[in-house]
Amino acid sequence: MPIQYQGILAEHLHTRQAVSVFDICHMGEFLLEADLAESGLDRVLTQNIISMPVGSCRYGFMLNDKAGVLDDLVIYRINENKWMLVVNAATTADDYKHLENHLSGLSRLQNISDKTGKLDVQGPLSLEVLKNIFGKQIENLNYYTFAKFSFEQEDCIISRTGYTGELGYEIYIANECAKKLWDLLLKDERVKPAGLGCRDTLRLEMSYPLYGQDIDRNYSPLAAGLAKFVDFNKNFIGKEAMLKEKDSGSLKRLICFKADSRRSPRHGFAIFDQDKQIGIVTSGSFSPSLSVGIGMGYVLGDYPAGSSLLIKGNSIEIPVKVVKKPFLVKNNSLKPAFLKQPA
Amino acid sequence: MNIPGNLLYTKDHEWARIEGKIAYIGITEYAQHSLGDITFVELPKSGQELKQSSYCATVESVKAASEVFVPLSGKVISVNSQLSKNPELINQSPYDQGYFFTMEFSNAAEKNNLMDAKAYETYLESISK
Repeated sequence: MPIQYQGILAEHLHTRQAVSVFDICHMGEFLLEADLAESGLDRVLTQNIISMPVGSCRYGFMLNDKAGVLDDLVIYRINENKWMLVVNAATTADDYKHLENHLSGLSRLQNISDKTGKLDVQGPLSLEVLKNIFGKQIENLNYYTFAKFSFEQEDCIISRTGYTGELGYEIYIANECAKKLWDLLLKDERVKPAGLGCRDTLRLEMSYPLYGQDIDRNYSPLAAGLAKFVDFNKNFIGKEAMLKEKDSGSLKRLICFKADSRRSPRHGFAIFDQDKQIGIVTSGSFSPSLSVGIGMGYVLGDYPAGSSLLIKGNSIEIPVKVVKKPFLVKNNSLKPAFLKQPA
Repeated sequence: MNIPGNLLYTKDHEWARIEGKIAYIGITEYAQHSLGDITFVELPKSGQELKQSSYCATVESVKAASEVFVPLSGKVISVNSQLSKNPELINQSPYDQGYFFTMEFSNAAEKNNLMDAKAYETYLESISK
């Protein structure tokens, strides 16, 4: 997947205002046949999966026993005992081993990444565009649900999910059909291709973490401010460590900050409270929607929204203010237009 | 690639347009294209004395930040104030509306250290191989 097609800013704004298609074929997908009671699947993931209806998907984590994040993933319940796990490309091999080690012998785990293509269609016009290809029943998909559709006589899975903060859909389709679907989508003049560059600025405006940058095995979901994707009412690997951290108050916290200028904080820049370095920037960029620099990073200490900090790197100093997430507050952007309340 | 014949160029992809004692300074089509969408530029101050090839400005794009080096020695006369609100002018019009600043250059002989359009074109071909 290229960094950009016609330019990061134009692609970013087109996704926020119209609809873009992203080639996300690099992501990993596992198919899993596992009985909930005996497989041990529930213990491997932090999200509650027992309560998931068939046809729904849920975001959460795989942790190590120190509560470090091995990966963030979305699990799809295909039927009572059949699941699809969508994992990050760089962690696919390790995730597979981790699952193999922790699932009981009776479960059947299959890495289908090589034969599964993935196209994300994101933006306020995404439903209108996909209705033309997959039919009106796509209207029935609620946020974080999915269904089977067909394209060129091949089954595909479409979920109403995404990584942009816009109304959008993720399409899992046999590799050999992905190119055809891509071409067909781009025949619709409302649709433009979007690259990795704007995928990053779009997700950052929503404060969505990027694995390997904002979360990794050095931090727990608690430190990352993502504890709402952890079900403490069940047992899972890393729970004990997380509870301990919860009691002690975790040392480092991921904060979001906004520059007072168009200057971009960048990954690896230092975060200062006056003269004292308190942390490191994990993600930073110019925000095309807000026209200021934004970023996030882990800091030592308590810095509530409104705190003034200084970002330093490459002999640049950028004054920033801590803000609540997300950076971009959107009104009902995840809902299709016909469900929105009149303003 | 647009390489106007009336400008002088550096290997770091800055240009200078000489008008009498004054030089307009900016970055080339090649530079703006490699940087991608430019989102911020930090310019020198009026009156600032600069030495040939020393740091004079920073451009930031969505992808990265880069330093800009001044093609000639001299004193900054005025900066392009349009760029603070509309840095995309550098992408849209690198040789005209997207110029960075004007300067009064102090040593005309330094022009010999710069490339003309033809030499710059040959240089671009050599680095793209």
